[in-house]
Amino acid sequence: MANDTLLVGTRKGLLVYKKDGERWQVAHDEFFGIPVSMVYFDPQNGDWWVALDHGHWGMKLHRSSDKGRNWEEVEAPKYPEGTMIKEEVPASLRYIWAFSAAGNEFPGKIYIGTEPGGLFESNGEGFDFNTALWNHPSRRDHWTGGGRDYPGIHSIVVDPRDSNHLYVGISVAGVFESTDRGTSWQVRNKGLRADFLPDPHAEVGHDPHLLLSSPSNPDVLWQQNHCGIFRSTNAGQSWDDISDPDGPANFGFAIAVDDQDENRAWVAPAISDVTRVAVDKALCICRTDDGGKTWKDFRSGLPQEQCYDIVYRHALVASGDEVVFGTTTGNLYASNDAGETWKAITHNLAMVYCLCFAN
Amino acid sequence: MASVHFTYALRRFYPGLASIEIEADTVSEIVSQLDESYPGMSDYIVDERGALREHVNIFVNNTRIKDRQNLGDRVGKNEEVYIMQALSGG
Repeated sequence: MANDTLLVGTRKGLLVYKKDGERWQVAHDEFFGIPVSMVYFDPQNGDWWVALDHGHWGMKLHRSSDKGRNWEEVEAPKYPEGTMIKEEVPASLRYIWAFSAAGNEFPGKIYIGTEPGGLFESNGEGFDFNTALWNHPSRRDHWTGGGRDYPGIHSIVVDPRDSNHLYVGISVAGVFESTDRGTSWQVRNKGLRADFLPDPHAEVGHDPHLLLSSPSNPDVLWQQNHCGIFRSTNAGQSWDDISDPDGPANFGFAIAVDDQDENRAWVAPAISDVTRVAVDKALCICRTDDGGKTWKDFRSGLPQEQCYDIVYRHALVASGDEVVFGTTTGNLYASNDAGETWKAITHNLAMVYCLCFAN
Repeated sequence: MASVHFTYALRRFYPGLASIEIEADTVSEIVSQLDESYPGMSDYIVDERGALREHVNIFVNNTRIKDRQNLGDRVGKNEEVYIMQALSGG
């Protein structure tokens, strides 16, 4: 299906774009002035979800079942009483960073990933807290905050073949897999590298910035990691470093995966963790068509001087040959030839936090 | 009965917001009763622990409450309670 609706979550609200011929145009905006931490289109029932990061009033959840015409506030997940991050630090919801439908066998249910490291699942009346992940023996000593004060679940991947099979990506802890719908969790960080730890090959303590699976082959997983780009072809049992040693495709936050081709993905490079600026102050999107063996950088239509944009982890999306990304300086770019040439949709948004197609 | 007054910032979420009278001995009791008049409002004021959100202030008359964790500050009859937004940013 052609992509005709794009949801853009910014620091100052949600914008709904519609495609008019070749052009994306703003149809309406919602939650004016309020930071949107995450936006999600539920492919099972068509619901739109938005997480709002009110500076004063806490995280709030809103849902629309009529393509954004009407919204209802849904009570946000709550950490159960007595849940402690560590001694004398009670857990409370600080940030909503991920949504995922719970799988084909559980229509209408969603997972939500949060800071300080809690995974929640909707139950029709509210949200259940996943105690097995929270009680994983690695959490207290080996999960840390990365950019945020506490660990955050930013990625939730549900196997389309088996709704009991899921992964989460946590900054900073790594990848965890469950094959029993979250009743138990196994660490899946073999082959990753954490250059910021005394032992870069520690079992836990890695920083996957975003974790995705290939829709055409869910055993192929990808992650843009703090320390490079990694791919697994065995369902997360091990990871291969597919960063480009000679090109810009190394550090970054975002990654998008082709929905038909398990060997194709896009990343949005930045210089490094200590210099979070577009490489050479020139914006590019890199694509691999061979599972990460080689990368090409595409620049046509993108600024090539004095450019400071970076792309946050949820701000690059691909569907078919359509690729869209938003940047920290409020630019929004689209490509309809699989990322090879680009046109600006706008240059004047607030910082872009997240994007999704909603078809 | 204490009179409870709200910052104008909350009108965005509760357009008909107006001061209300609540019978209570503590600030905690007041916050827990807010939902009867304004459903869901307590979640805007406190987190799931019942602690006052970081950028919210509550005053009893002109005195800022001291117990931000449990909101155990006493409220006398005919006192004025103000639920305010703390200033942050520039």
